Formats: sequence, C-alpha cells, structure tokens
Amino acid sequence: MSEIIRTDVVIIGAGPVGLFAVFELGLYDLKCHLIDILDRPGGQCAELYPEKPIYDIPAWPEISGQGLVDRLMEQIKPFSPQFHLNRMVTRLDRQADGSFHVETDEGEIFEAKVVVIAAGGGSFQPKRPPVPGIEAYEGTSVFYSVRRMEAFRDQDVMIVGGGDSALDWALNLQPVARSLTLVHRRAEFRAAPDSVKKMFELVDSGGIRFELGQVTGLKGESGELSGVTLKGSDGERELPATRMLPFFGLTMKLGPVADWGLNLNENLVPVDTEKFETSEPGIFAIGDINSYPGKLKLILSGFHEAALMTQAAKRIVNPGERIVFQYTTSSTSLQKKLGVQ
Amino acid sequence: MTKITFVSFDGATRTEVDAENGSTVMENAIRSAIPGIDAECGGACACATCHVYVDEEWTAETGEPAPMEEDMLDFAYDVRPTSRLSCQIKVRDELDGLVVHIPERQS
Repeated sequence: MSEIIRTDVVIIGAGPVGLFAVFELGLYDLKCHLIDILDRPGGQCAELYPEKPIYDIPAWPEISGQGLVDRLMEQIKPFSPQFHLNRMVTRLDRQADGSFHVETDEGEIFEAKVVVIAAGGGSFQPKRPPVPGIEAYEGTSVFYSVRRMEAFRDQDVMIVGGGDSALDWALNLQPVARSLTLVHRRAEFRAAPDSVKKMFELVDSGGIRFELGQVTGLKGESGELSGVTLKGSDGERELPATRMLPFFGLTMKLGPVADWGLNLNENLVPVDTEKFETSEPGIFAIGDINSYPGKLKLILSGFHEAALMTQAAKRIVNPGERIVFQYTTSSTSLQKKLGVQ
Repeated sequence: MTKITFVSFDGATRTEVDAENGSTVMENAIRSAIPGIDAECGGACACATCHVYVDEEWTAETGEPAPMEEDMLDFAYDVRPTSRLSCQIKVRDELDGLVVHIPERQS
C-alpha cells in the first residue's frame, strides 16, 4: 500500500472553480491537493473550449478557456498546490477521528480534514462514435476536441456532427486544412443559425464539402487515417480523410460521487448557501456540481462559493482559531503569503 | 393493457410486455429490464440512449419524431428512417401489438 498523503484539503476536480478554491484556502494557510481525471488542470475550459472566448468573467471582457486557466494557475502559484492528474477518486471515507480518506484509481490515499468536491458535470468523456476499430486512430488521427489548430494544418479534415462544436470547428479549421469535409446524417443542424449560414456559403464557394451520411468504417494503417466509409441513402461510399473530428456530444457521469453517501438530487449535490457544505459535515461542494435554490451554473458563482466555503473549511482545520477577515490590497500578512511583500 | 413487443438486435429474443396507456415505450422497456435500452437521462429527450427502430408495419401509427427528438437522434448510432427515441413514444390503445427493434448498441 502506498504512503498516505496528508493535507488540509483535498479538492476533487481541477477546473476553474477548484483552482480558485486553492487561492481562497491559501489565504487562510490551508494546503491543497487537487485530483482530476483529465491530464491537465482546467476542466472543461481546457479540454472542451481552450480557444473559445468566455465573456462573463468579471473584469475580463473576453478571455479564452485556456487563458482563464493559465491566469488562475498563475494566481494560485504562491500556494504551491499539488496536482494529481489522470486519476479518478474512487472512495471517500470518514475516519474515526473525523478526517477523510480519499482514494484514487491509481491507489493513492490522501488524508484530509476537509474535502471539496468541485467536479463540475462529473467525470466527462466525449461520446465515441460506434465505428469499428476507431480506438486504433484515437490520439493520432481521430480527435474529440481541438487543442491546437496547427495539428490540422494541411490535413484532409473530416468533421462529423451537426451541432455547434461541429459547425464552429468546420468554420475555424477550413482556412487551415487542405480540405474540409463536414458529415452529418441530415441537412438540418442544431447550431447557431449564423454558423449554419456561413457553412453553407463555404459549401457554395467550394471551401467546404458537405456530405449527408453516417460514418461506418475507417481505413488506414498504424493509427494514420487515410479514408472514411460513409453510408448514405444511396449506399456506401469512401471519402479521403487524414484527420477526423467526431462531435457526438458528451456523456457526463457523476461517477463514484454517487457512492459516497451524500444526499443527491438529480445527480447534483445539494448544499447550504452559507458554507456550501453537503449533507456530510466537512465535505463541501462548489461549482457546477452543487445545487441550491437559485443556483446558476456560472464560473463566477463557483468563485463566490469557494470564498464562502473557505471560511467554514478554516474552522474545521483550525478549530478555535480566530478568523480575521482581510483584504489583499491592504493586509501585509496576506501579501506575504502571495509573495508580493 | 396494450401489448408491446421488444425484439433483440439479433432477432433471437422477443419480449412481450403489458404497457399502461400514457406511459412511454422506454419506461416499459426499463421496467421489464429489456437489454439494450439504457435511457441514461430518464426520459428527458436529452441523451439518445433509448433509441429503437419501430417495426415497418407500425411506423404510420407511431408517426414522425418531433424536431427536438430528431436533433437528439443525431447522437444515436446507425440511425434509420424508422428510428425513434422510445421515451418519446406514448403508449395508447392504437399501439396495441406494437413491435420495436433494439439497435445493435446505444451510442
């Protein structure tokens, strides 16, 4: 059995809200370890829309998903959070002394006085289209998100789907790709009308090729895609493609959170609005995963929840200690923690 | 009671269930633990994991999918002209004897 990692707080989920919690907790000297199923911090912001602008972060009229994550990482750096990525928390148990044991699928065990669930929509994965043998191409030719547009330069790109992701990426990658084919099973789209209009304009001008059908097979060698079999109303045909981006939506699963004995309501964790504590004292839930009257799933709501949760977490970790509320603008002790003094 | 028959993808298993009018075909599949109907979202027309093929003889009676259902079918696997989401088919007297086929897999 691996050595137990002891810390004040374990944060489950390293999305924007989990990251900002490190800052708020850090101002009160609480040390954090973060665990996330993705391979890097940022949650959906980094994984699903790193290059897409967000318009409702206070004081940032426009910031990309990755830009927000980068700045949060910079902001929490003084508190040296420890990241444990590519891991799923499988168990959460209360110990006799009231602390918690948090166990991951990699076998690590954390001991913490406070657990903060900032797991967003749960552990999420893009839906894999059920095309035989697609696994062999994933990560080399088949991708479920665009991390770097450069990876698609001069490629024969095939985008499959009829939603906003499919349309947005068809429009964005079209100037970069050698050729761009959009495949959808029908001529109607559930995407922003403006994107649909732009896409059809590009089809008319020859910039995008639009094909009606469903992908049934892939052709290629050692992970390098060369062609795709398409089934349409007129039978099967083959199209060249060296990169494929299927957008079949996401499947969000609450996952093991459901097994931790917390009260749940429609796959969300109900909390109070003073401490954002769950039905289990010492376990808090912030961000998209919680629910309370009036809840809005906004990043800024999660930031606020992190700040209030911290007050309660501090009382658990350091019981009896007087909590002094201070401003970072004027407090020399906070500024020392931030390394600016 | 209205009878509904679920046919497995390989055609080997036919399960006949008694369905209450007003319930959905999906609810009856779940209640009878029909393999191959996942219904992850619980009937909100939000996941496309209760996809079925309505038997050709019954498509006229079950009708066409609504626009929202049609959108959601984009996420289903091997969509055909007879495809429906079983959570969107309400059981009524006229559907007595309805036959639906389970797809090879849900998305």
